[in-house]
Amino acid sequence: MSIPADLKYTKSHEWIRREADGSVSVGITDHAQDLLGDMVFVENPTLGRHLAAEEECAVVESVKAASDVYAPVAGEVVAVNQDLESAPESINQDPYGAWMFRLMPANPGDIDGLLDAAAYQALVESEGH
Amino acid sequence: MLKQTPLNAKHRELDAKLVDFSGWEMPIHYGSQLEEHHHVRRAAGMFDVSHMLPVDLRGEAIRDFLLRLLANNVDKLQTTGKALYTCMLHEGGGVIDDLIVYYMHEGWFRVVVNAGCADKDLAWMEAQQKQFAPGVRIQPRRDLAMIAVQGPEAADKLWQAMPGSRELTEPMKPFTAVTVGDMFIARTGYTGEDGFEVMLPAKAAPYFWQALLDVGVKPCGLGARDTLRLEAGMNLFGQDMDEKVTPLESGLAWTVDLKAERDFIGKDALLRLPRVGPTARRLVGLKLLDKGVLRGHQKVVTPAGEGEITSGSFSPTLNASIALARVPAAVNVGDEVEVEIRARRLKAAVVKYPFVRQGKALV
Repeated sequence: MSIPADLKYTKSHEWIRREADGSVSVGITDHAQDLLGDMVFVENPTLGRHLAAEEECAVVESVKAASDVYAPVAGEVVAVNQDLESAPESINQDPYGAWMFRLMPANPGDIDGLLDAAAYQALVESEGH
Repeated sequence: MLKQTPLNAKHRELDAKLVDFSGWEMPIHYGSQLEEHHHVRRAAGMFDVSHMLPVDLRGEAIRDFLLRLLANNVDKLQTTGKALYTCMLHEGGGVIDDLIVYYMHEGWFRVVVNAGCADKDLAWMEAQQKQFAPGVRIQPRRDLAMIAVQGPEAADKLWQAMPGSRELTEPMKPFTAVTVGDMFIARTGYTGEDGFEVMLPAKAAPYFWQALLDVGVKPCGLGARDTLRLEAGMNLFGQDMDEKVTPLESGLAWTVDLKAERDFIGKDALLRLPRVGPTARRLVGLKLLDKGVLRGHQKVVTPAGEGEITSGSFSPTLNASIALARVPAAVNVGDEVEVEIRARRLKAAVVKYPFVRQGKALV
């Protein structure tokens, strides 16, 4: 199970990458895609939407089940990865390359409060997988 | 503690993802459910279905017992090996379980029931037997394993894996079975493809599984089994029907013979059921026209009233989402309906099912 050290994570299994322009990219972790199985549908938030932290804002659906994706921090949606709509399987193939949307955080400091790789690893292990 | 089939060690060797299915530790997939699905449509896959329970009925007057116990007409079974799909109903007409019954001879019928229903089925059958069929013995066969080999290449692969089996199995028509030593080979399945369901002693199962693996049959999990059966328009007990609904409201009217004089458990209730009017329901196929995935329990909105999806998924063969839904009987094939998904309403077409048969899209 891959958990890159340079990313931040949430308890709801999103990963967060800081981008050069101050925004953050959000996707779902290797662990999450492994649990869900083959992805067949992605619904992203609309561009410009203002999200609260932990707000439900996107959905990924595998053959097996639908799963909500939550905003890791408060912010505005500044980009969505439209390629995923026609190729949802990229989430299985490359979970940390397949970003879903980018947020401009309302408070950049909020990102520091997210889980680091070690804390996320511990979370995954505590869930018994 | 989950129950394990005789193939559990094989699943672990193959790195299957194991889940709790009706109290059994079963493979959901061995890597990719989608690949497994496609492989069954295009080549051959195999499923461990040893959690299902074969039950042998032996003794006297078994046919009379089954004519009463089962909603489909066992008198359709007149030649050795013939199989019949049927529901077993309670007095209220609701479905206790669906099953396949095989006729071997007047002293031996075999039924195969769902894993999750096995205990209550046995209790029900035994209660009926005590009352009406003293000469019938009911023998659950937990000593047997069952492997389903399915797909256009299933027959070829079976012959490769089981030298000498071709002569016996090549002439087999769909929905028939033969016995070879202590193997029971049925040309049945749950995928809409050609194939066999093989029942054999538990101890022999890992060797037969390995022989099939060695000739290139792909192991497939219950995930692919579910999308394959949905495409094939086959009901799943517990989702598409249960004790609260009748076969007539579950797309299974074809398995119930109400015209014959034969009396069977649940018949009176079925005869009283309104087939038209505001309370009448039927099962229809849906194909989602918008983007998304249909799932069980989503609300279906039609001009004739509301309904509910009983089974929904992504169809790998159609590359679209499909479902079975219980809707007001006035809804017809060709209608457009709406499905509520996450507080939005998406458009779906009411279609005839099966959606896919023998590799070909039908909708």
